[in-house]
Amino acid sequence: MTPFEYLRAGDPGEAVAAVAGRPGAAFLGGGTNLVDHMKLGVAGPDLLVDVSRLPLDRVEETAGGLRVGAAVRNSDLAAHPLVRERYPVLARALLSGASGQLRNVATTAGNLLQRTRCPYFQDVTTPCNKRVPGSGCSAIGGYTRYHAILGASEHCVATHPSDMAVAMAALDAVVVVLGPGGERRLPIGELYRLPGDAPQRDTVLEHGDLITAVELPHLPAARRSAYRKVRDRASFSFALVSVAAVLDLDGDAVRDVRLALGGVAHKPWRAARAEEALRGGPATEDAFRRAADAELAGARPLPGNEFKVAMTRGVVVAALRDLAEEGR
Amino acid sequence: MTVRRGAVGAPAPRVEGLAKVTGSAAYAYDRPVADPVYACPVQATIARGRVVAIDGGAAAGVEGVLAVVTHREAARLADTADAELAVLQSDAVAFRGQFVGVVLAETPEAARQAAGLVRVEYDEEPHDTELRADRAGLYTPEQVNGGFAPDTDEGDVDAAMEAAAVTVDRIYTTPMLFNNPMEPHTSVAVWGDGGDEGGGGPGEARLTLYDSTQGAHVVRSTLARVFGLPPERVRVISPYVGGGFGSKGMPHAHNVLAGLAAMAVPGRPVKLALTRQQMFSLAGHRTPTIQRVRLGAGADGRLTAVAHEVVEHTSALKEFAEQTAVGARMMYAAPNRRTAHRLAALDVPVPSWMRAPGEAPGFFGLEVAMDELAQACGLDPVELRARNEPEVDPESGRPWSGRHLVRCLREGAARFGWEERAAVPGTRRAGRELVGLGVAASTYPYYRFPGSRAVVGYDGSGRYTVRIGAADIGTGAWTVLTQIAADALECPLGAVRVEIGDSELPPATVAGGSSGTASWGSAIVAACHAFRGAYGTEPPPGAEAGADMPRDPDAERFAMHSFGAQFAEVRVDADTGEIRVPRMLGVFSAGRIVNPRTARSQFIGGMTMGLSMALHERGVLDHRTGHVVNHDFAEYHIATHADVVDVDAVWLEEEDAHAGPLGARGIGEIGIVGAPAAIANAVHNATGVRVRDLPITPDLLLR
Ligand SMILES: Cc1cc2nc3c(=O)[nH]c(=O)nc-3n(C[C@H](O)[C@H](O)[C@H](O)COP(=O)(O)OP(=O)(O)OC[C@H]3O[C@@H](n4cnc5c(N)ncnc54)[C@H](O)[C@@H]3O)c2cc1C
Ligand code: SF4
Repeated sequence: MTPFEYLRAGDPGEAVAAVAGRPGAAFLGGGTNLVDHMKLGVAGPDLLVDVSRLPLDRVEETAGGLRVGAAVRNSDLAAHPLVRERYPVLARALLSGASGQLRNVATTAGNLLQRTRCPYFQDVTTPCNKRVPGSGCSAIGGYTRYHAILGASEHCVATHPSDMAVAMAALDAVVVVLGPGGERRLPIGELYRLPGDAPQRDTVLEHGDLITAVELPHLPAARRSAYRKVRDRASFSFALVSVAAVLDLDGDAVRDVRLALGGVAHKPWRAARAEEALRGGPATEDAFRRAADAELAGARPLPGNEFKVAMTRGVVVAALRDLAEEGR
Repeated sequence: MTVRRGAVGAPAPRVEGLAKVTGSAAYAYDRPVADPVYACPVQATIARGRVVAIDGGAAAGVEGVLAVVTHREAARLADTADAELAVLQSDAVAFRGQFVGVVLAETPEAARQAAGLVRVEYDEEPHDTELRADRAGLYTPEQVNGGFAPDTDEGDVDAAMEAAAVTVDRIYTTPMLFNNPMEPHTSVAVWGDGGDEGGGGPGEARLTLYDSTQGAHVVRSTLARVFGLPPERVRVISPYVGGGFGSKGMPHAHNVLAGLAAMAVPGRPVKLALTRQQMFSLAGHRTPTIQRVRLGAGADGRLTAVAHEVVEHTSALKEFAEQTAVGARMMYAAPNRRTAHRLAALDVPVPSWMRAPGEAPGFFGLEVAMDELAQACGLDPVELRARNEPEVDPESGRPWSGRHLVRCLREGAARFGWEERAAVPGTRRAGRELVGLGVAASTYPYYRFPGSRAVVGYDGSGRYTVRIGAADIGTGAWTVLTQIAADALECPLGAVRVEIGDSELPPATVAGGSSGTASWGSAIVAACHAFRGAYGTEPPPGAEAGADMPRDPDAERFAMHSFGAQFAEVRVDADTGEIRVPRMLGVFSAGRIVNPRTARSQFIGGMTMGLSMALHERGVLDHRTGHVVNHDFAEYHIATHADVVDVDAVWLEEEDAHAGPLGARGIGEIGIVGAPAAIANAVHNATGVRVRDLPITPDLLLR
């Protein structure tokens, strides 16, 4: 850990200016990810601008939707009555992540921007393109159990570890960003990047861009939604694979469906092909399986994580089947 | 002679419980010391080779840094025969993560920052970390842990296998495992020259160590040898220990590093605490094992042959040979028996004791093989084991001091609802879950190690002090020894104060081999009887008497082992392969239970560790680098509360008439033995999938 300064920002504008003006500065949310990285030597900011106490800690109703402040704690968001009612998929995703203690501290923005859990990324004694661009990818040819099967590159095969973000991806959430040049709104699908040849960049955000809120759109169908996470132990472990699903039925037919996958890619993976395969068709187990296969046709598993293909198929089918049964 | 019942057998609460839950118990690192210096190690980033250059310049420039000590600056040790403890004595690197230096600073933060700035250049040599059964260079150790012969061969296993009506011949594997007690290894070292706590004359170098250890005396004698001091000039203090599981059973390199570091700042205490990541290379581990188990039996399931042949690793730096196949020598009646241990000496950290070394991994192979045999014979697994009960110890021919395995199995079957087990695997469902039940047998030897002494003193106002350099690593030993002393002195529990955890106290053997209660307890009984013999029931103030642990002639005449039966229910999600264990039950026969409260914790703690071994724990060694990739608690999974739903343990009410004055055989380790096999067997019963490699993870059960 290297010495650093600490600044508690008074308002969002001050926070943005403080970070934008200093290349070594970083925003501090709950610190559950960033501070770990500082201890491990993965990150070494010289200035921490604490944004966890900005007045961005409210969940507000919008026209049929919700606006979630960036500093809302994961546990508060999961427990919010409107979240539980309108977006059970999000409450479930949050509660399946980390531990009670961590969720009490972790913020909405920090959760979105948490970095990969790739063990080589977190170990400064091993090469890693995400940590040190151009140094090589240790995961390729190494331990890949938690790595990607979709959308990876020869430079990086890491996965994004957030559960919450998978649910938000399925809900078409919009991320509100305040940058040095003003405010902009980014659909969550455009926030995250695939690794390509620049795996050091997780998102499209620039230095100094502050997330101030996440907007959840009006989506009545999301009242019937689910999050299923497959993991190596019953709690406190990252997803091997996960699925966030919203299923809107018209009798026995699929009127609309939203599917996003976790643990399979560098970003929460919106399963557009599967959705397309399902829309307007029958809500049968067979159809669910075919839809999952359509999505997974593009899977390129690594030696050591081949199982994720069948596991993803299994959990997608299970989640959709359960939702369909609920709806009958 | 047995002691009367009174305090012994009662569920006395922990004597140190209040101090622990209120945070006033000072663990080694918490110990307030004046003017401390903080140490942060520098570790090798290659698995084999030499250090050719070290640049500590940037590190030394960090504010608050006092010294950077490498093999060039470190004092020469007096005894380097134990290569694990020959810390900073040469430029050689024998495994990745080995200490190559240490930074001392006024704050832990500065020490850590500076340690990250030490530049080490290496001349890297090719390393070899991969264990395979078909690899070159496997050798037979002279003996395996516990002093056992590496190989045994009785009768003709090959011929018996050839002739057997039913056979099982399979390979089972267990991964590299890490003890990871809640309290990491810590050591606070201070060199003095007499006057303070350790005594000794002025000008005579003396070392005081506040240490987290399972045996203050073994740390003292070892460090005295390594540093070339008479033992009385080393003092080790460790009243509170936050778990050990064997990893603190002997001194490791960090103890020596703390001592060396403290030499660089004379008179100032040096505090060293390993990080969780460092624990994965410096605190011992359990070797991975590759076990070939062969069973031959008649159609009635009666065994004619048992062979258990094991390949495992050790460190090229120092040999530790886990006694994985030793349990198979005594477990079942079979005229033809073979066991063997082969080692590969690899460029890996030094393996060591981990809860039930030998039995814990060995009974995964043996007891899953027994389940496979039951299936092949069409027999109930409980019945198969009952049919193979030996009258006497098959290995030594001695009578059992008390072998009640079949009672444990039958009692457990009745309590657990074993009759609900589906005879055909994969046929019982609850919703989308496949349900299965499994059983496995456990055993652990009765050990009593000589070398303990207890001294009883009286203060004149109704209070007795019992002094013995034993260790309570969370087991409840402190409480149990108090109970034993109270009964032996025939006085109330509250009148006895037991002092442990200090090498100034009379010598005691290490807290290991589930031997503490029996070894220290019988020394205490002898000392109490000597005290009453000398002073009667009205001792004068200052009265004192001591005794050594008495010899144990029965140990030579009887085969003495604890036994148990472990039952598990598993549920496997048919969609995702996820495995949950809603119920486990262990029924144990361990002689007299001195304290049912602390005993239950030991049993269910062991079973929980077995569950963790069955489903979660796996050290992933990256052979390209030679390091354990998943070296933290986010990635090296240990069972969480949510995984441990209903784990229960009961025991047979008994006393082992041959197990010393207490009739108690030891309970610390048996709980882990057999638990992984019971779960693996339940997984098979649920799914029809036979998993022979631990851990059993969801991907293995996907269809
Ligand atoms: C042992 C362990 C297990 C875990 N298991 C899970 C799990 O199963 N599932 C899961 O989803 N997560 C899991 N987590 C991760 C946890 O969810 C994240 O650590 C947490 O959500 C991060 O939030 P934070 O507020 O603490 O972020 P911080 O650590 O404060 O910040 C993370 C990043 O976000 C940036 N940042 C913070 N706020 C803003 C802002 N407003 N605008 C722009 N940038 C910002 C920081 O600069 C930093 O780069 C686990 C964590 C641990 C330690
Ligand atoms: S997968 Fe990505 S994060 Fe992991 S080592 Fe490779 S480059 Fe680094």
